[in-house]
Amino acid sequence: MSATITTRQVGDVTVVDAAGKITLGEGSALLRDQVRNLLGAGNKKILINLGEVNYIDSSGIGELVSSFTTVTGQGGQLKLLNLTKRVHDLLQITKLYTVFEIHDDEAKAVRSFS
Amino acid sequence: MDLFLESNLESVDAAEAHCVEAAKQLGLDEDACMDLGLAVREAMVNAVAHGNNYDAAKKVRLALESRSDSLRITITDQGAGFDLNRVPDPTQGDNLMRGSGRGLLLIQTFVDEFTVKRTPEGGAEVVLVKYAISD
Repeated sequence: MSATITTRQVGDVTVVDAAGKITLGEGSALLRDQVRNLLGAGNKKILINLGEVNYIDSSGIGELVSSFTTVTGQGGQLKLLNLTKRVHDLLQITKLYTVFEIHDDEAKAVRSFS
Repeated sequence: MDLFLESNLESVDAAEAHCVEAAKQLGLDEDACMDLGLAVREAMVNAVAHGNNYDAAKKVRLALESRSDSLRITITDQGAGFDLNRVPDPTQGDNLMRGSGRGLLLIQTFVDEFTVKRTPEGGAEVVLVKYAISD
């Protein structure tokens, strides 16, 4: 399954729904472009929903990190929602699990943005 | 199986698919097959992108050897090779927040044996071994 990235607005938080494969040459570039576009449009509260991501590689993980540093560097917030077991395990292996603020309830996640 | 693949991302997908199929034949469960597939993907990306720099004139060799108790995968590129001991640990210090550099960590996590050497021509030859029953 190829990657799809869509966005929706919940209050002042932009939810990025990612699905499929987030890998080099596919989802990674889509995710990077989407986050850049959101920042360019002034949306700095970003919640990335990974609940339908069934596969991610080191490029995809790297893109999450780059997005996080880019958004926070511009005074924004980027959080993760609904990790699959696979993504959860990979964030543990790479020791990134504690870097991100991770939620499993969208409503609570949206409310957590300041 | 012994293939010479183009230095592009389609070859990465093809190599992963071949190895996952071989892992299924070995009897590995779905998670273990996906783990091995990811390790192969990372090794192939290293070969295609970092080794051969997507050069159409260079090939990546994929050799797949199925045994009764293990799968041995050899991926060889025509780049400049690398020293595994000099690759920065992506979990330490400033490396943690870098946008790249985690591929080798994932490979080492998901296979039972991993070795890297330089070919006589100077490229990298990486060998991934997965046992039918992992510890």
